[in-house]
Amino acid sequence: MIEIKDLHKSYKMGSNSLHVLKGINFKVEEGELVAIMGSSGSGKSTLLNILGMLDGADSGEYTLDGVPIKNLSETKAAQYRNKFLGFIFQSFNLINYKSALENVALPLYYQKVPRKERQEKAMQYLDRVGLKPWATHHPSELSGGQKQRVAIARAMAAEPKVLLADEPTGALDSKTSYEVMDLIQKINDEGNTILVVTHEEDIAHMCKRIVHLKDGVIVEDKKIEQVRAEQYV
Amino acid sequence: MFNRDRWREILEVLTSNVWRTIFTAFGVCWGIFILIVLLAAGKGLENGIKKDFGDIATNTMFMWTRATTRAYEGLPQGRRFEFKINDVQAIRDNVPNLRFISPRNQLGGFGGNNNVVRGIRTGAYNVYGDYPEIINQDPMAVTSGRFLNYNDINEKRKVAIIGLGVRNDLYDKDEDPLGTYIKIQGVNFLVIGTYKKNNSGGGEEGQKEIFVPFTSFSQAFNRGEDVGWMAITANDGSSISVLKDKIVSVMKERHKVHPEDTRAVGYFDLYEQYNRVESLFGALKAVAYIVGIMVLLSGIIGVSNIMLIVVKERTKEIGIRRALGEQPWSIKKQILMESIFLTLISGMMGIIFGSLVIFGINSLLDSVGPVDMFMSPSVSVGVVTGALTILMVSGLLAGFIPAQSAIRVRPIEALRTE
Repeated sequence: MIEIKDLHKSYKMGSNSLHVLKGINFKVEEGELVAIMGSSGSGKSTLLNILGMLDGADSGEYTLDGVPIKNLSETKAAQYRNKFLGFIFQSFNLINYKSALENVALPLYYQKVPRKERQEKAMQYLDRVGLKPWATHHPSELSGGQKQRVAIARAMAAEPKVLLADEPTGALDSKTSYEVMDLIQKINDEGNTILVVTHEEDIAHMCKRIVHLKDGVIVEDKKIEQVRAEQYV
Repeated sequence: MFNRDRWREILEVLTSNVWRTIFTAFGVCWGIFILIVLLAAGKGLENGIKKDFGDIATNTMFMWTRATTRAYEGLPQGRRFEFKINDVQAIRDNVPNLRFISPRNQLGGFGGNNNVVRGIRTGAYNVYGDYPEIINQDPMAVTSGRFLNYNDINEKRKVAIIGLGVRNDLYDKDEDPLGTYIKIQGVNFLVIGTYKKNNSGGGEEGQKEIFVPFTSFSQAFNRGEDVGWMAITANDGSSISVLKDKIVSVMKERHKVHPEDTRAVGYFDLYEQYNRVESLFGALKAVAYIVGIMVLLSGIIGVSNIMLIVVKERTKEIGIRRALGEQPWSIKKQILMESIFLTLISGMMGIIFGSLVIFGINSLLDSVGPVDMFMSPSVSVGVVTGALTILMVSGLLAGFIPAQSAIRVRPIEALRTE
């Protein structure tokens, strides 16, 4: 599903250049649930941004579902993001003046799905994350866990190939964290490919594979026994 | 364009900070208000001045003879000559694009003696010998009976059309002038019509005229072939100012006047005068536009400024939207439409406000009576659509830089802003 070869990325900080990713080789099959771990500054967020086409790599190859991702125009990148990827952020990143339902319907709007169909579909996804009764609520009226669930519904609404989660539990207490992870596991059970960036061990162990990043290189890549989040909920 | 979600969003953004929106809108509103009021004031002045030209066809010249100032072909200097009736045909043959050529003769004039008698009443009036075309050059409304026609000319009928002023002098209020006779310098003419001129240019004088057939005039008052002066109107497409040199030179040739004698043929080019006034108002209008647009410009800059702030405030939101796959162009369009919408709405407020003020001035003018050189200030539909176009364009311009800056932010940076 995802294949990257010898990925390099450096940032210019004034006159210094900061080499963040120093040759990453990495492959994700369909249906995998991968945790990307590392301390801050290890390059995990940068990697996720490149995978999410939010940022470009300096060199190396990146193939997503057989499509080479290289030198994309902003228009093309936006199209691919919409079609291939769903984002889940640490800070939820819901649009404040739109209701939960409208937030979920947003990616569908960009796909030019007709209004009625869009709302039906969005409602369906909201239902799946258990928030149907909150459909008309605005983000300010939702709890952190609820917001993240809306964000997950939004990420899923466009039926992307890959879900990218950047510290999805970073802003949540452990109980809601497990609830969110439970949801992510269930989505994964349905066959969706998910990448989770985290620095929390327990969250990482709820995935099926852990990739350790340190100073811009992969130091460890192992399959693990998945811990179901259900038991903590 | 007519997308429900997009419009909802525009309204949400603009109403999220109502006072800011109102203050921004005021700049544009004020600019367009100034523009409209200045243009209307210019138009009012124009109407006031042009009123003095009356209804006279403006593409017209008047031509008469004077004494020659140079000897030519054995003829002495200081010789007097007259236009002849066949000069009219000669002009028609030699100069193209002329619409009307009216030879005219006149009795009476400024400070003239009483020359018209009816019973025991008398009066001093201008009496013109004319062809029927004159009604097109010096428009008047025939209020009863009819105007001159070619049968009158051909049969040299002694008939007359009198002005309302003449009618009021010579007839009682309830008397019908049609079919009665008036005596002009001892010759009886049958009154066949009355007219009223609606231009105030001639004032009362304009209503105190009598028109009789040119041929009857010549015969009755012993003018022979002579023509007092001519009123010549060119076709709409061509300017009399261009044609007049040709006409004058034809006349000089026919009357053996030295070609360089500039004084022998006198003329008055109404079109040139009119043009002078016209270009004055053109300049006035240009000034109004410049001032108005300058004021509008500061309003536009205000809008642009606010849109920049809006974009800044929404940087994160824009980042989210782009992460979700919104096209850059769509974001740009959103910002542009917000900007155009804001300018258009506030501009329309300005137009409405301006129209109300003009309406107020008009009703004030109506109630206090006519003012010199100023009459019914107004703006045409053309000006309003022009103003709306200016608004559209300026809204687009105002939104352009903010929209550009909105899509220049990379989504990753936008998402990082907290």
